Amino acid sequence: MQTSPASEALARLRRVQPPLAIIADEEGLRPFETDAYIVHRETPMLVAVPETEDQARAVVQVCRELGVPIVSRGAGTGISGGAIPRHDGVLLVLTKMRRVLEVDPLARTATVEPGVRNLYVSECAEPHGLFYAPDPSSQSICSIGGNVAENAGGVHCLKYGLTTHNLLAVRAIDADGDVLEIGSQALDAPGFDLLALITGSEGNLGVITQVVVRLVPLPERIETMLAAYPTVRQAAEAVGEIIGAGIVPAGLEMMDRVVIDACERSMDMDFPKDAGALLLAEVDGGAEEALDAMERVRAILERCGASEVRVASDAVERAKLWKSRKGAFAALAQILPDYYTIDGSIPRRCLPEVLDHVFALAKEYGLTVGNVFHAGDGNIHPCIFYDANKPGDLERSEEMGARILERCIEVGGTITGEHGVGIEKLRQMCVQFRAPEIAAFHDVKHAFDPTDILNPGKAVPTLKRCAEWGGMHVHGELPHPEIPRF
Amino acid sequence: MADTFIAELCDRIRAAGAKRAPLRVRAGGTKDFYGGPLSGEALDVSRYSGIVAYEPKELVLTVKAGTPLAEVERVLDGERQMLAFEPPRFGAASTIGGTIAAGFSGPRRPFAGSARDFVLGARIVNGKGEDLSFGGRVIKNVAGYDVSRLMAGALGTLGVMTEISFKVLPRPSMETTLSFQMDEAAATKQVNAWAGQPLPLSATAWLAGRLLVRLSGAPSAVSAARAKLGGDEASDLPGFWDALRDHRVEFFNNPRPLWRLCVPQTSAPIPTEHPQLVEWGGGQRWVAGPIDAAAIRKAAQDAGGHVTLFRNGDKSVGVFHPLQPALMKIHRRLKDAFDPHGILNPGRMYDFHGEG
Repeated sequence: MQTSPASEALARLRRVQPPLAIIADEEGLRPFETDAYIVHRETPMLVAVPETEDQARAVVQVCRELGVPIVSRGAGTGISGGAIPRHDGVLLVLTKMRRVLEVDPLARTATVEPGVRNLYVSECAEPHGLFYAPDPSSQSICSIGGNVAENAGGVHCLKYGLTTHNLLAVRAIDADGDVLEIGSQALDAPGFDLLALITGSEGNLGVITQVVVRLVPLPERIETMLAAYPTVRQAAEAVGEIIGAGIVPAGLEMMDRVVIDACERSMDMDFPKDAGALLLAEVDGGAEEALDAMERVRAILERCGASEVRVASDAVERAKLWKSRKGAFAALAQILPDYYTIDGSIPRRCLPEVLDHVFALAKEYGLTVGNVFHAGDGNIHPCIFYDANKPGDLERSEEMGARILERCIEVGGTITGEHGVGIEKLRQMCVQFRAPEIAAFHDVKHAFDPTDILNPGKAVPTLKRCAEWGGMHVHGELPHPEIPRF
Repeated sequence: MADTFIAELCDRIRAAGAKRAPLRVRAGGTKDFYGGPLSGEALDVSRYSGIVAYEPKELVLTVKAGTPLAEVERVLDGERQMLAFEPPRFGAASTIGGTIAAGFSGPRRPFAGSARDFVLGARIVNGKGEDLSFGGRVIKNVAGYDVSRLMAGALGTLGVMTEISFKVLPRPSMETTLSFQMDEAAATKQVNAWAGQPLPLSATAWLAGRLLVRLSGAPSAVSAARAKLGGDEASDLPGFWDALRDHRVEFFNNPRPLWRLCVPQTSAPIPTEHPQLVEWGGGQRWVAGPIDAAAIRKAAQDAGGHVTLFRNGDKSVGVFHPLQPALMKIHRRLKDAFDPHGILNPGRMYDFHGEG
């Protein structure tokens, strides 16, 4: 008797014990058809919602036997499309695995399931004077499993690092259905650094079922300053001077004229009228240390030509200064309802040049762009505004985004600093990497997933796709003509 | 010049692959003591040396892998910056490539991060003789799998590193060392309690009833912490941390087997019949003397850690902690993909195709 893969998978998953939550009806599947990269949608064949590692493992085993692809998903806040499902695949939703298994204040670790929200980890750690440092802007809803899968960043990376610097161990199920205990509670583990590989692997190397994160001390004092500059160039120079002076601020965020205007309109921030760039600088640590650093940073900000420097005197004022940064996206959304955020990462000295290029492109495409970015680490987030109801507007904004990313590569940067490749930046991967490097990525994947069932088609393009797009970057003569490029 | 060296390296590795002739990747040769037995023809990469790019205001440094560690440190020192993982220098000939291949970090590791934490990118030649670049020269980068960090600690078994990019950090402007009389259990508890507070800790060491704590940072931070922590200033130990970092302190000055126990920092003491030197807030514990490999491995594993026979002794008991079968499977597949002919440093890490 012929059965469809969907009915076969459904029948097999229904036999999993203890019973697993499964969604198979059209109405129920619809909410899962995209993540936060909402311009693309696909209805999954099935959704499975395990509550335990054993159930998740059973799903992997069924899918492996049937050759059905698996897309893992947490809160679905990713903006590169890494958790967009497949019509022929199972969407494995890990949000019901959300127990905090242990917070060990002396060891400064938290052991959590993948569905635990990022901010909740810090909330659990707070009574012990600790917090979990990576703070992506979606931290109140995004899940730790997704953070590991994307190697999430945030506004405090310069000092505290990315997700990869704040993990000790990950439990993951590989495509064979084996549970891998990667890393350990100790500061290193024997063998290859598989923790580095699985972090940022976008669901391609394993289904993450448990994470041990490092917690760090809450600073005793935080000092926040907001400086206004006539130009982005001057603000960028101030950033270089601060770091050159041997200070590593907890955060250094910049906003350009478009963002300043938007914030001014919606939040009444009363910035200097001539401000072309705002620089938000935060230093933290022990009380004396933070105060001392603030005085030094303030002197540099002023010396570099700030037209105004505001220093928050308490938590209320600090929140007010951060309001312009945190509320920037909402303020920008009032310009046009739809926007597309770029995530290029560049050597910081190239900031003024790349931003000039972004403005020139905006003019060429007739689109509005606002820039909010992590200036301290050169991670830029130009937001391109478009109107989804206007035919061709989305396509033009995507094309412009692609050109910004290609510029980032040209200046020695990368196409994604913290948002991931997903499906959004597959094409630019072919520009950033050469064929043998792409092939090496597939080799890494196949070590964990020999038959390509874990999130296939995401994060790393096939060489065939690169060849079709014609984007394969060739430096001089091809070193390995034997590699098929089609 | 760069291209010539790398092109020749690719040719050499391809030729060795065709003949299934093992290669022993080598630069300064200061870490020949580490890992499994050496075999294969020496592949000297020390000639590929020099700074490729250094932007102090970006906190980013790119160097050729054969660059002496001393030269890297001298260049950084000129800008009042440092490699914050404080790698050990096991001799003047130590290179940056060898340091990263071994994955060594020094006293600052628990407070600043490990060697791999500071790697931003790597250019490698794999066992197929392909010249590949991963990561980059920017602080944040999530394009592609993190192959450059995979190279850290892989002992050259997956590829030969040719260029490496690092995040570097400002050198602290002030350092001081405090001394306390405490037993091991109390010292471990105390340093972990301090590590949970916003204090400028940068290293700890415990030996023979004495705990040493280094504070590093701005003078304001160091003096405030000093007042808070108490203890005595350890003025009798000039140069102690440098000596510890390079294994030049008296504890290491003997030919006995040296075991490295890497355990969760708060683990209870793991007693042996030999003295121990405890670093990393309890996370790295050195034992010098003949002990039963299986017993010490079990004790460390029960505590959630692992053991390396770091130097000397009978390597037939295995240098590195045995891997679980599922992890060994992944290791084997990675090794086969990056080095399909098995020519790069065979036996230096694990016998990937043996018993495990």
